[in-house]
Amino acid sequence: MIRVVDSAAAGTSAVASAVTPAVATTVTPTELLIATIARLLAGVRHVAVGTSSPIPGAAALLTRAQSNGATRVSVLGSRRFNAFTNGGVELFDLAAQGRIDAFFLGGGQIDGAANINLVGTDAYPQGGVRWPGSFGSAYLYHLVPRVILFREEHTRRVFVPKVDFISAAGPQDDGVFRPGGPHAMLTGLCLFDFDKARRRFILQSVHPGHTVQEVRDETGFDFDAPNVVPVTPLPTAAILALMRGQIRSEIGETYPNFAAQWRA
Amino acid sequence: MSLINLHELATQVPNGAKLVVAKDESGVAMAATRELVRRGVRDLHLVTVPVSGLQADVLIGAGCVATLESSGITLSEFGTGPAFTRAVKAGAIKLRDGTCPAIYAGLQAAQKGIPFMPLRGIIGSDLLRHRDDWPVIENPFGADGGGGQMVDSTAGKAADKTVGEAARDAVDKIVAIAAIQPDVALFHAPLADRFGNVFIGRQRELMLLAHASKKTLVTVEQVVEGNLLDDDARSGATIPALYIEAIAHAPKGMWPLGYHDAYPIDVAWMRAYVQLARTAEGFESFLAQWLSQDKDLKPLVGADLRVSA
Repeated sequence: MIRVVDSAAAGTSAVASAVTPAVATTVTPTELLIATIARLLAGVRHVAVGTSSPIPGAAALLTRAQSNGATRVSVLGSRRFNAFTNGGVELFDLAAQGRIDAFFLGGGQIDGAANINLVGTDAYPQGGVRWPGSFGSAYLYHLVPRVILFREEHTRRVFVPKVDFISAAGPQDDGVFRPGGPHAMLTGLCLFDFDKARRRFILQSVHPGHTVQEVRDETGFDFDAPNVVPVTPLPTAAILALMRGQIRSEIGETYPNFAAQWRA
Repeated sequence: MSLINLHELATQVPNGAKLVVAKDESGVAMAATRELVRRGVRDLHLVTVPVSGLQADVLIGAGCVATLESSGITLSEFGTGPAFTRAVKAGAIKLRDGTCPAIYAGLQAAQKGIPFMPLRGIIGSDLLRHRDDWPVIENPFGADGGGGQMVDSTAGKAADKTVGEAARDAVDKIVAIAAIQPDVALFHAPLADRFGNVFIGRQRELMLLAHASKKTLVTVEQVVEGNLLDDDARSGATIPALYIEAIAHAPKGMWPLGYHDAYPIDVAWMRAYVQLARTAEGFESFLAQWLSQDKDLKPLVGADLRVSA
């Protein structure tokens, strides 16, 4: 295993340098994210993907392909990969029944307690920046066991000490029915786990070419990290080939522009 | 039910109406929306099921909306809704920020003629603090009687519970979503017959809009001969005439939005719109062009369209 040494422990900013060169030079950041999400989805029976989510969508389809179809995928906006016939409410009914194992949420702001904000900054409602709105987050976050938080931009304006508006609340000790919640958080820099009991993120791996110190510098909340933080593993050549062939074609049905820009 | 023109259809939406509209994938009556703006409808309480894009943005920008009840306003790949954003910042509309399943639940309550529908999730969200129509109540069946999950979760809920959570299991809090009964539903569908039945295909939530609303106005791509209810392959996906107030025949009635396989979204138009709508002045230019039935939108002089998409 290639490892990144925690700079706080070692007093230096170590970077992944021993990655297999032939692969490291060709895997794009997008492909690394897709492969990483697919690992997080391993074993799920049914993953749903919301709108405007090409990378999670590609990852869900990769999981499906790797499972030989055992993983059911419902991609909103797709015709081929969406079997719903009861309108938009069907996803939410399925989630409440426990028939959706994994879903993706993002956030204009995300804080260290895994609260997410899709509404806007500063005081509600007129505040600073206004975003589109909360969509299904306030509901699905409680009900889907493996919610993967996904936000490529990893900066202090996204990862804040406390969100200005809670669209969907992270796990709390409030006795509310909550079989779901954050399972992991993937960014353009790293992968976090989330400890629901302690309500803290734990750094799981840092993507090749980035450092733990960089993650600390760009994150507005405190998080835990092991002394030695692994490098996010790159996909194997076989997975890359699967992604660039079948998966790129499949996600292109819903996201033609994304597939067209996916330069292998 | 009667087959009427778009102008007549627009007169069926009174000022101050609670108007419910569908998301882009379900069917948006854009041609009828233009007639609504032209007739100068005011003070709408606009409910989007559950989200909206261009339709809500132009209605807000044109000053037709007093209250917006929505889970999200976005032009998806074309960006945020510029008129929506500007109206929020100016405090020009009253906001009832929601979440998708709550909008469905409110309509389902109206469909059943009951005052509210209980719904999981939401508790802990700041949405609740701004919604006096979403009281948190106790599950009358107690904590053991109201789980409702019929499939075991892969991440078990019991295993994740802390001692504190288990101690409070005796009380099961749940949100009561007040019924949403719209005065008018307005949407676009593929087909209608001359008996007033409307075929919606797989866009099943249009049935919910019709069932929940006091009256339903529909624009359709095509009017067919015969009775849709006589065709078993179509009848299950047909809203019967008993819910339908009026239908207008509007081919390409979703333009500039796309309609499934029938026609794609007008990308050049959308790009020009987001460029124009960025400023109040630009929006007025857009409105003048749109209402004059121009096929294309011309940018303001000196504008750069390239940045918009």
